[in-house]
Amino acid sequence: MSDQDRIVAEAAVEVVAERPRTLLRDVWSQFTAHRGAMAGLAVFLFIVLAVSFGPFLHTIDPTYSDFRARNQGMSLAHPMGTDNLGRDMFAQVMQGGRVSLLVGVTAMGISMFFGTLVGVIAGYFRRLDGPLMRLTDLFLALPILPLLLVIIMLFRDTLRKAFGPEAGIFLLIVFIIGITSWMQTARIVRGDVLALKEREFVLAARSIGTPSYRIILRHVLPNVLSPIMVSATLGIATAIITESALSFLGLGFPSDFPTWGRLLFDGANFMTITPSRVIWPGLVLSLTVLSVNYVGDGLRDALDPHIRGR
Amino acid sequence: MSEALVEVRNLTMHFDIHAGILRRKVGAVRAVDGLSFDIMQGETLGLVGESGCGKSTTGRAILRLYDPTDGSVKIDGVDIASLNTSDLRKARPQMQMIFQDPQASLNPRMNVSEIIAEPLREHTKMDSAARDARVRELMDAVGLNRAFASRYPHEFSGGQRQRIGIARALALNPKFIVCDEPIAALDVSIQAQVVNLLEDLQRELGLTYLFISHDLSMVRHLATRVAVMYLGKIVELAPRDALYSDPHHPYTQALLSAVPVADPEVEATRKQIILEGDVPSPAKPPEGCNFCTRCPKVMDICRKVSPEFREHAPGRFSACHLMDE
Repeated sequence: MSDQDRIVAEAAVEVVAERPRTLLRDVWSQFTAHRGAMAGLAVFLFIVLAVSFGPFLHTIDPTYSDFRARNQGMSLAHPMGTDNLGRDMFAQVMQGGRVSLLVGVTAMGISMFFGTLVGVIAGYFRRLDGPLMRLTDLFLALPILPLLLVIIMLFRDTLRKAFGPEAGIFLLIVFIIGITSWMQTARIVRGDVLALKEREFVLAARSIGTPSYRIILRHVLPNVLSPIMVSATLGIATAIITESALSFLGLGFPSDFPTWGRLLFDGANFMTITPSRVIWPGLVLSLTVLSVNYVGDGLRDALDPHIRGR
Repeated sequence: MSEALVEVRNLTMHFDIHAGILRRKVGAVRAVDGLSFDIMQGETLGLVGESGCGKSTTGRAILRLYDPTDGSVKIDGVDIASLNTSDLRKARPQMQMIFQDPQASLNPRMNVSEIIAEPLREHTKMDSAARDARVRELMDAVGLNRAFASRYPHEFSGGQRQRIGIARALALNPKFIVCDEPIAALDVSIQAQVVNLLEDLQRELGLTYLFISHDLSMVRHLATRVAVMYLGKIVELAPRDALYSDPHHPYTQALLSAVPVADPEVEATRKQIILEGDVPSPAKPPEGCNFCTRCPKVMDICRKVSPEFREHAPGRFSACHLMDE
């Protein structure tokens, strides 16, 4: 190797070594390398955009009944057909998607927040472990359906008066789903925190003098991110489906207020006449759940330094 | 001899055993049972003993990673064992620890510069540029390439990881470092590098070490004085050369006789003292001397009276009835 070559080679090494690496860029480049995650993100974004802006393009009111066009199949005027009251399915799916997605994401957020909070505190502070985990057991042992009936009976009217019929019922449903689905997350997180707490890097942080809350934020939480992420992606799906079940029981949104779950249950009786009434809402629901799972999978990999850059 | 930086008096660490439905206290594991010793300014005190004898617990209790059951630990005149939380936090910078397992002691989600900068973040008001500069300085000091600052622990070898751990311990210019078997998880060629690095740093920065190890030859190389522990107690403490050439306590004699010699002729005829039986449980130590169940030179008094840890010759402490005669 001549001197000049060596200088060039050394310069190249220098450039590679000094390339600034920010966490965000690392995470993003790993995320984009995950094909499933990118496909999932594309599908999810498409669904979100479609339900947000679709109604501006397809301007039929989802509650308008056209009695001359009942139980129709797919056509240009009604891309997903119509139901037995002549309402346009496409408009209903888009309108329902707004509610379902919002319920799914918000309820998941609440449940992750409580689950992580309880799990981390129970795992980290020995004295609170017993009481908090017994509380979790208590919630797991509660019969959910009677509880829901009672909560809805008690609070529906008050909330409706305070926030209006739709916002009131939305808050109620989101809160109920969130408050009855955090237990699994809490248990998983507690288990992981118990193991992490004994690792030497936590001891090292203590020997430095890092206070407990910063140990939790800096050392414990980032390391329990994977199980939280998995719970979160599954949680969105569960929340959407729970909301459907509630609507079906007449405890959820009013009947003229479409959600994906409601459309599915209403359509189930007419499956033989107009199969498109269950196929379309079912398809978007499944696609949403699947895409969110893939995005979560990719995000988890991207946030793990072991997998990143491989 | 210079003055003592660390004064440990009657340090005791018992872990309670709870059992039964009511989780009542039924006993205690006496992991560390009344240790008293000094560590002089600038010296390396080697702490040796077999597995489970309480070496690591001693190191952690001195830094108050455990709350000691009894006793006092004065570092530079401040009693660490009785400080409240906020005062303890202020005292942390002068005492640091290097851990045994370099893999487990580094947070896998943080990169090298974040790991080394954590103590700076906690205890100084440096801005990020000053912190970066200090991190780079520390990486130079422990022989890590500056370009690795944004890499993650799993991208390094064991020796490099231990260097990261050392850089973190050095970040706040401590006076006293507890090295808890820092070389036990490394292979032999890397052990030498890390030990030499520790020696160099001690010379340059005037550090005082408590070097915990079960590797007698490494302790001989590094330590100025050596303390031998058995079942939660120090049985002998002496200057290195004196201890290795003329061990007083029967346990030390047995321990040293187990070290192989690198000369086949000597090795063939070397007489080993084989100890019978097992180490008693620290939850139920024997009456009298802790070592009386296995001691080859056991006497009647050993089974009744616990020997006192005393200075029998200048600088040579031991706890044995043989020495008292």
